[in-house]
Amino acid sequence: MTISVRGLALSALLGATALTPTIALAADCGVAAGRVSIVGNEFPAIQSVAAKAGECAGLTVSTNLTADHQKINLPGMQGNPAEYTSAIIGTSSIVALMKEDVIRPLDDLVAAYGQDIPPQQLITIDGQVKAVAFMANSQHLVYRKDVLEQVGLEPPKTYEELLAAAEAIRAAGIMQNPVGGAYAAGWNLAQEFVNMYIGMGGAFFEPGTPNVSVNNAQGVAALEMMKALTAYMNPDYLTHDSNATSAEWEAGNVALMNMWGSRTGVLMDTEGSAPEVHTNTMVGAPLTVGGGTTPATTLWWDGWTVARNISDEDAAATFVALKTATSPALLNDTTMGQAVWMIEGYQPAPVNQGVMETMAMGAQPYPMLPYMGLLHTALGDNIADFLTGKEDAATTLADVEAAYTAAAREKGFIQ
Amino acid sequence: MKHRTFLWFILPSATAMVLFIALPILSVLIQSVFAPHEQVVREVENCTVFGCTMTTMVDQEATRALREAEPLGRFVGFGIYTDRNHLATSEIGAQWAASTGIGDFVNRLLNLPFYGALAFTLTYTALVTPLSIAFGFVIALSVNALPRLFRGPMIFVSLLPMIVTPLVGALILFWMVDARGILGAALQAVAGDPTLSVLASTPLMWTMLIVYGVWSSAPFAFVVYYAGLQTVPQDTLESAMIDGATRWHRIRYVVLPHLLPLTTFMALIKIMDNFRVFEPIVSFNAAAHAQSLSYFIYSDLGGETRLLSSAAATSVLTILGVVVLLSPVLVRTWRSFGRGVA
Repeated sequence: MTISVRGLALSALLGATALTPTIALAADCGVAAGRVSIVGNEFPAIQSVAAKAGECAGLTVSTNLTADHQKINLPGMQGNPAEYTSAIIGTSSIVALMKEDVIRPLDDLVAAYGQDIPPQQLITIDGQVKAVAFMANSQHLVYRKDVLEQVGLEPPKTYEELLAAAEAIRAAGIMQNPVGGAYAAGWNLAQEFVNMYIGMGGAFFEPGTPNVSVNNAQGVAALEMMKALTAYMNPDYLTHDSNATSAEWEAGNVALMNMWGSRTGVLMDTEGSAPEVHTNTMVGAPLTVGGGTTPATTLWWDGWTVARNISDEDAAATFVALKTATSPALLNDTTMGQAVWMIEGYQPAPVNQGVMETMAMGAQPYPMLPYMGLLHTALGDNIADFLTGKEDAATTLADVEAAYTAAAREKGFIQ
Repeated sequence: MKHRTFLWFILPSATAMVLFIALPILSVLIQSVFAPHEQVVREVENCTVFGCTMTTMVDQEATRALREAEPLGRFVGFGIYTDRNHLATSEIGAQWAASTGIGDFVNRLLNLPFYGALAFTLTYTALVTPLSIAFGFVIALSVNALPRLFRGPMIFVSLLPMIVTPLVGALILFWMVDARGILGAALQAVAGDPTLSVLASTPLMWTMLIVYGVWSSAPFAFVVYYAGLQTVPQDTLESAMIDGATRWHRIRYVVLPHLLPLTTFMALIKIMDNFRVFEPIVSFNAAAHAQSLSYFIYSDLGGETRLLSSAAATSVLTILGVVVLLSPVLVRTWRSFGRGVA
């Protein structure tokens, strides 16, 4: 008992010393008082941004970083005054916030406090600044250098080459199921279709309308390629989300996969996997498919917003706190490799190479449309029927279109 | 009891029922016949770090005016109930016309989300309800036959599946039947088929969900039956033994009739519970193979774009489903109650 009490006292002491530098560092961010309350996803890059925002002198800063941020950010910003003064969001989740009109145009705040924000960081919709981006993310190839060397192949550049490499690895008896992928029915599976369909050159909607159009040659080709890939995956692939796929990778069961740039740091560090796995884990450019030149992936940005239902004082405090937190002052040896930062002075680390190449190859951003979320849900609910062989590709795509149309009619997008 | 006294007696519980049961159901009903306003969308220029593109956005000014004019949304009557993602009335007609026979029609029907989910929900309810009650009865009989010393620990062990949080219990089983889990790998070894996977096959996934359902709800039946067994009249049992009745005869003709009211009670509760099956589908990531009405509500509310009206309509349909399923049991209880009074 004595020991544990001493342990507690010791950790409290250590905690106190760890806090001291934070207090010493308290910086003047340009506004002296106000409430800042941030809600956002939970991964290292966002944790660093939130911690940096907390260093502003005089401001009351609280944060709620959780994987469930999308479920709570909208209700938390609808009250008046809003509980959260800022939501850290991405390409698709900002659409839901704009649809409910809970975020504030930032033009006046940019004019007053944000003249030094580089213009390319400003997310401008219909002439109004709605968010400030600070990092980019995308899915791209991750491969095992040693396994590809054993079968004498270069890293694949297309999905067709990836299939050939998978067959070679299986034939050589190295791995039974060398391909990984986040194919869990639902959001993940729909995302893989979105990637593949864009790679095939498909368009999701008739131009300028909410009318869906995925039941076409590109849609069928995308589904056929996904099914071909699943032949080289763990038979439980429909239950594997990004976490389970990463675990398969770290266990050394997989040699080729399309994975999020924000998750490659975990795969390449020394924790959780044998040395032969993490030392041979390499990232590459995203793959193309079907002879196309557009990579079969989507670009995502992460950025911050300011809530509409808060006082001007709190809005100014939130703006300067997050502006400071996403300025070059954020970058140091620890934070540099955590993301592909959209911040001046950022030096890409090898782990970020995949996302850099995705941008260089001119990949498309994930569609920022108010009805894209409904299509994503319809895709996630229906594609599994094709992959499990219950129905053919055309029937599945017809089901997707019908499910989307019913939902879009309910939501008032289609009359 | 005088009417006045009776009124005061039930007033607190009646108030609570109105506040916490009737009003929410009413609000769900209202929600289900209204849908969000028609969205006014227009083309705007959208500039991000990746360049500028033309895209459509909801026109906030125009939509706000619509919302203020009609805060509930637009009235659509049963429009949500009959659309393709629910009862799909017009789609059923079209599928009937296009189908080549009864079998083909059933296949096409089950491909519609509501009917596919209903098929699983009803199968699950029809199997899990009797099986869990039967298992609970067998466990109760066995524990009751044990010497007193062992009963306490046995009751505790038998209740464990009910004590474990449903999501966690299902997750543990999910990991065990994964192709790399202990049960999944054992099954592959026994069957001699390295590609066999419980989670990849629809029939095996349904079996797994039903096994989980029985495992997690048998303890409830057990604990109710065990309590009931303590009230079985010993005189009747002893006279039956003197008359030469075997153990089976005593259970069949004395114990079972004595416990019949408990069985009815449990059937009611379990049918309601099982019809709302939800946790195992989430824990087993089983949405690709099995969906239920409750799962639809979850996915309508969990997406980036929330479908409140759709979720409300599914909730009302779930309530109606429970009422239909319970009606035979309710009618039966009503009748025997009436007979008792007469």
